[in-house]
Amino acid sequence: MSRIGVFVCHCGLNIAKTVRVSELAEFAATLPDVVVAKDYKFMCSTPGQEMIVNDIKQHKLDRIIVTACSPLMHEQTFRKVLTASGLNQYLLTIVNIREQVSWVTHDIEEGTAKAKALLNGAVYRARLLAPLTSRVIDVNPNVMVVGGGIAGIQAALELANTGKKVYLIEKNSTIGGHMAQFDKTFPTLDCSACILTPKMDSVLQHKNITMMTSCEVSEVKGFVGNFDITIRQKARYVDHSKCNACLSCTEKCPGKGTSEWDESLVKRKAIYIPFPQAVPQKPIIDKESCTFFKKGKCRLCEKACEQKAIDFEQQDTFVQVKVGAVILATGFDLMDTKPLVQYGYGKYPGVYNALEVERLFNSAGPTGGKVTLRDGSEPKSIAILHCIGSRDKNNHEHCSRVCCMYSLKFSHLFKEKTSADVYHFYIDMRAAGKGYEEFYNRIIEEDVKFIRGKGARVTQSADEPGRLVVEAEDTITGKFIKLPVDMVVLSSAIVPRADARDIARLFNLSTDKQGFFMERHPKLAPLSTMSEGIFIAGACQSPKDIPDTVAQAYGAAAEALTIVVKDKMELEATTAMVNPASCCGCQNCVRVCPYGAPSYNAEKRVSEINEALCKGCGLCASVCPSSAIIARHFTNDQVLAEMEGLMEF
Amino acid sequence: MSFEPKILGIACNWCTYTGADLAGTTRLQYPQNLRVVRVMCSSRINPSFIFRAFQLGADGVLVGGCHPGDCHYNTGNLYARRRLAVTKKILEFSGLESGRFRVEWISASEGNKFAEVVTEFTEQIKKLGPQIKFKISQ
Repeated sequence: MSRIGVFVCHCGLNIAKTVRVSELAEFAATLPDVVVAKDYKFMCSTPGQEMIVNDIKQHKLDRIIVTACSPLMHEQTFRKVLTASGLNQYLLTIVNIREQVSWVTHDIEEGTAKAKALLNGAVYRARLLAPLTSRVIDVNPNVMVVGGGIAGIQAALELANTGKKVYLIEKNSTIGGHMAQFDKTFPTLDCSACILTPKMDSVLQHKNITMMTSCEVSEVKGFVGNFDITIRQKARYVDHSKCNACLSCTEKCPGKGTSEWDESLVKRKAIYIPFPQAVPQKPIIDKESCTFFKKGKCRLCEKACEQKAIDFEQQDTFVQVKVGAVILATGFDLMDTKPLVQYGYGKYPGVYNALEVERLFNSAGPTGGKVTLRDGSEPKSIAILHCIGSRDKNNHEHCSRVCCMYSLKFSHLFKEKTSADVYHFYIDMRAAGKGYEEFYNRIIEEDVKFIRGKGARVTQSADEPGRLVVEAEDTITGKFIKLPVDMVVLSSAIVPRADARDIARLFNLSTDKQGFFMERHPKLAPLSTMSEGIFIAGACQSPKDIPDTVAQAYGAAAEALTIVVKDKMELEATTAMVNPASCCGCQNCVRVCPYGAPSYNAEKRVSEINEALCKGCGLCASVCPSSAIIARHFTNDQVLAEMEGLMEF
Repeated sequence: MSFEPKILGIACNWCTYTGADLAGTTRLQYPQNLRVVRVMCSSRINPSFIFRAFQLGADGVLVGGCHPGDCHYNTGNLYARRRLAVTKKILEFSGLESGRFRVEWISASEGNKFAEVVTEFTEQIKKLGPQIKFKISQ
C-alpha cells in the first residue's frame, strides 16, 4: 500500500480553461491509494510547493503526483520539493495536462476526460515506483568550444578568464569567423577588424586557451561532466611548431588557389595565410592547388623555408580531449543563391552576394577596399535586393534578421566609396535593435532610394550590354518597375552550416525545421540543448547579429561554468540493471548497447551493466529474452501498469 | 453517440514527446483520443507492450520516435524500427486490421506533424470501429 498525494495545477487559466480542475481533484481522491488530492492555481509557486511539503508531512505521503505542465518543464522543480521533504525524488510522477491536454483542445468535456485517463495511468504507475539513488561522478574541469568565430572567441575568453582550461576548435586555419571578413559593423560603423583582432590575439596569448585550428570534431564519447572527444587535426603540411611566420614560403609559391577568405573573388597562393591578421599567423598548404601535390615537383616553399617547417609527408592526426562541458558556436552559411536562377547569381558578373560585397569594402580585400565591378569599373547604380531566399515559403521561411541592417550599411558604404545611385528593394524594413531605427533614419537622409517591393528578377539589359535590369513591383504605387543598374547585391538568407546535421549527430542535438540547432526551451533555456552539458551560442541556433551573438556567448560560458565549477555532479539514476538470477547469458544486451555499458562475466555466465556508462535508454531491457534486465524508472511493470490505467477511461 | 476510440501512444522523451509538447505550446488542435506513455527511447518498447495495449482494449496504438539516424541514444530507434516492423507483421498475421498500429518518426521540432498524425490516425481508427480481436473483456 502506498500513500499517494495528487496535486492538480490550474496554471491560471492555461489548464483550468479546458480541464475542470476541481472535478479532476475529486476524481483523483477516488483512485486507489490516493490519500489526498488538491487543486491549486499555481502549483509551481512558493505557496503551491509549500502545500505539497506540508501534505507530505501531514499525510505521511510516499508518492507525489503533480498534474500540471510537461515534465520537461517542471519535473526538476517538483523533484526538489520531494527531496526537501525527505522523500526520494524518483517517487514523483508528473501528469502533462497542459501541453498535451488543455492547450490542444477547446472542448472542456474532452479535456477533462483525457486528463482523468492520464491521471489514472499515473496513479497506477506511481504505486509501483521505487526510490532510486543518483550516481555521483567526478567532473572534468575543462571546456571545449567548437567554432572560432566571435561567439566561440568570446565564450572561450570568458571561461579562460575564470581560470578554466578551454580547447577552442576551429576548422579553418585561422580563427575569426565571418566577423573577420566584414569591413564595418552596423549600426555604429565600427571597424570590424579593429574590435575583433585584439580578441583573436587574446585567444592566442591566453595561457588557459588551447587553440586548435584546422581541426574538426570526429567523435564524441562520454556524457556531461566527462566527455571524451576525438579531434581530427587536418594535415597542414607545415609544422607550426617550427614555423616562425616569416612567410617567405608564400612569396615563392607558384601555385594558385581560390581565396575562400575573399569569397572566391581573387586567387591566393597554394601555401598561404587567409588574411594578414590571421591567428595563428602561420601558413598551410592547400593540397588541391599545390604544384608539388599535383605534379610531383616544385618544393619551392621547402627551399625558401629556413626553419625546415614544410612537411609534405604530414598526415591527419587524432587527438583525444577530455572536457566536462562543450559549447557549440559553429555559426552560419550564406545561402547559395545559384539555384534561384531568376536572380542570375553566378551567371551575370554584376550580381554579388552579401559576403562578396563585404570583401569589396574591406581594405584587405580583393580590391583594396575600392568598390569596383569584376571588370574594374566603378558601378554608377547599385540595387540591393533584400530577403533573397528568406521570408520565402519556397525557400526559407525564417527572417534572417541581419539583412535589413547590413543592407543599410552597404548603402552607406557605397555612398561613401562611390558616386553611385543606390536602390533598396525590400519587403519590410526591420530595424529592431539598439540604435537600428536611428541608423535607418540616417541612411534615408543619405539620398538612398527605397522601393517597397521584393526584387522579382534580374535580367541582362537589351539596350545597354553589360548592364542589368531589376524587375519588381513597387507595392506602394502598385506599379511594375524595370530598373537598369550596374551592380546587384543579393542579401541572401542566413542558413545553417552545410555540416550542421553532422555536428548535431555527433553531439546528439536536435535541429529545428530550418536545420539550426535546437535549444532546450525557446525562452527559458535558449542556450542549453537536450544533451546535458552541450550548449549553443550564436548563429548556429538562429540568425543573429553580433551584439546578440556576443551576449549568447557570455551566457553559454556561464552555463558551461555551472557544470565545470563543481568537482562532482549527480547523474540520473534511471539506469538499467541485471538480475543475475534470471540472466541466461545470451549477451543480446552486450551486442546492442551503443555505450558498451553491459559486459559478459564469463565466470558467472551473466551480463553485468556498468552504471557509469549507462544512459538509461532501456534498449537492453527490451532485447532481454528472460526479462533479467530492469530499466529503472521504466520497468515493464511500471509501463504496463500505466497503460492499464490509461486504457480504463 | 459516435464511437470515440481509445488510442495508446508511446513516445520517446527526446523527439516525439517534445514534439507533442511543441504542438501544445503552439496551440495546435487535435483529437483527444490519444493517451501518451513517455519512455526515454523508442527502443525501450518491448513488443509485449503493444500486444498488451490491444488486450487492454486500445483501438489503436501509435508509437513515436526520433527520425532514424537522429536517435538521442545513437542507434536505439534503428533497433526499434526493425522490432516494430516485425511486431506489425505478427499483429496482422494474428488477424488485426493493418491500420490499427502505426509507427511514426516525429522530431522535437515537428509539432505540426504530431498534430497531423494524431488527427489522421484518430480518423482512421474511427473508421475501423472498436477493436475486439485482442481485447480481453474485464
